[in-house]
Amino acid sequence: MIRFEAVTKAYADASPAVDDLTLEAPTGAITVLVGPSGCGKTTTLRMVNRMIEPTSGRITIDGVDTASMDPARLRRGIGYVIQHGGLFPHQTVERNIATVPLLLGWDRAKALSRARELIELVGLPAALGRRYPAALSGGQQQRVGVARALAADPPVMLMDEPFSAVDPVVRDQLQEEFLRLQSHLGKTILFVTHDIDEAIKLGDQVAVLRVGGRLAQLAPPAQLLAHPADDFVAGFVGRDRGYRALGFVAATLPVRPERTVALGSTVGAGEGWVLVVDDGRPLGWLDTARHPGPVDRSSLALGGTLASAGGSLRAALDAALSSPSGRGVVVDDEGRVVGTATPSDVIAAIEAQRAESAAGGGAP
Amino acid sequence: MIASVWSWLTDPANWRGAGGISSRLGEHLGYSAVVILIAAAIAIPLGLWSGHSGRGRWLISAANAARAVPTIGLLFATSLWLGPHVTGDLAFTVPSILVLVLLAIPPILAGAYAGVEAVDPAVRDAARGMGLTGPQVLRKVEVPLALPLLVSGLRSAVLQVVATATIAAYVGLGGLGRYLIDGLASGRYAVMAGGAVLVSGLALVADLVMAALQRLAASPGLLPPGRRKRRSDRPDAGPDPPHGTTVDVPAGQDREGSRTHRR
Repeated sequence: MIRFEAVTKAYADASPAVDDLTLEAPTGAITVLVGPSGCGKTTTLRMVNRMIEPTSGRITIDGVDTASMDPARLRRGIGYVIQHGGLFPHQTVERNIATVPLLLGWDRAKALSRARELIELVGLPAALGRRYPAALSGGQQQRVGVARALAADPPVMLMDEPFSAVDPVVRDQLQEEFLRLQSHLGKTILFVTHDIDEAIKLGDQVAVLRVGGRLAQLAPPAQLLAHPADDFVAGFVGRDRGYRALGFVAATLPVRPERTVALGSTVGAGEGWVLVVDDGRPLGWLDTARHPGPVDRSSLALGGTLASAGGSLRAALDAALSSPSGRGVVVDDEGRVVGTATPSDVIAAIEAQRAESAAGGGAP
Repeated sequence: MIASVWSWLTDPANWRGAGGISSRLGEHLGYSAVVILIAAAIAIPLGLWSGHSGRGRWLISAANAARAVPTIGLLFATSLWLGPHVTGDLAFTVPSILVLVLLAIPPILAGAYAGVEAVDPAVRDAARGMGLTGPQVLRKVEVPLALPLLVSGLRSAVLQVVATATIAAYVGLGGLGRYLIDGLASGRYAVMAGGAVLVSGLALVADLVMAALQRLAASPGLLPPGRRKRRSDRPDAGPDPPHGTTVDVPAGQDREGSRTHRR
């Protein structure tokens, strides 16, 4: 557990960067610090490994005051990942990853074999170990950065916008794998980002900071979206927070049965939109008014999203809204069609869920 | 004219003896080596320290400004000033060495400083954040990354010193400068031209050696992509062809290995 106790960082001629911050990052969970530029989130992070010394207050890791430790030794016990990777360009990927183990005095062969293990753990091909960082793509460099931070298996990780310098598709992928990794490793992670979507996706709890380094709200993502503490937090979490909050609500939908047809079967012009499947898995919708006769793959309308039966209301609503037929396709865990739901079905489910939580006294 | 220069250069008799070309070349190289060693011993630590700590930047500006002082004038001034205080051969050697060291310091200092200063702040931050101490950051990260620029500073110092060491002859010392001074004094222009050819040739060879050193000094990870054996445009490629592996990786590993031994 990382604990901030009334921590302040002030610079001589300016307003404080971090002001009287008290915060707990629980063991084994991801705590995300999020806020606009100048809110002191990076300063907060860097005070944990004493890259920046606090002006007053105390920071403890598992009860030990960090100020009582030698900075270099403290840092060797904390994984550190930064925005641009910060890989050493003159060393191979393997050697980069082995940095902290070698500093800790591990035997060279053991450190390098640990490095090779981590290359696979973060999903990189083993052959990359002998390359230099300049030969890697941005996303690969970030993976190496994460591997390097994990090398000596530190219980605590500090991550400063690790995924913000890569393109959105790669970022999504890195976030998914980061969550998968964390589910195995259970590190205590403090994660800084300016992107509220990333905060909500990754955080077990999210700390929203306002300019001047004051804590505006500390809450799990669902609560942050549903009940922002004040106008600043409401504004920061964004305009479509109502929609995004649905991502944390499990869908209990009345699914309608849907008639499906296979490729090659014949449909009449008057049947409206029909769902074409292959072995139960949806291929796409067919507009029978435009393509009557035998069902052909090239006349399918593609692009609708799918909702899974046990998924969130957000996915269900998105499937309903993106479907060309106006009926969102719901699939089971194997990807087979269970039925469909219309936008009004989903809205009805949302309202029902709301009424239920109001009756249960869960929400104010 | 060319024929007489050629015949002077190729006459074996001119290469032998105390005043022969071989011993003059030796003297010239000797002076240059001593000068570069002294200058490097002063300028490399200073430049590294300044780049690492961000302090003492005025030193680099001052050294650069000092380059404007004419070397010959400085040589005569120091000879006159030191002459009464030093006896024997040293009265001539010390001023020459001193002046050449002053000439060699600015490029070495600038190279060492610029090399460290140009290290990506994110790399330095990551190094500190992982728990490297200040001296470890310098030794394991900043110096290896600064090497190409540092060696390039040394290279221009070597070129300047080899070319300028001819002035030692003005104050009565040896080296290839003797041929220029003596040839001029005695009107033997073939000797003068021959001496000039020798100095240029020596400077060129020294520069080539330094260029080779510069390539060896840089980690393969620092070479521009075109000169790296492996292409950066196929980062997802699977196992490497045996060629790439045997050419590139062992070289990097050897250096890594020897570094560990020294530690």
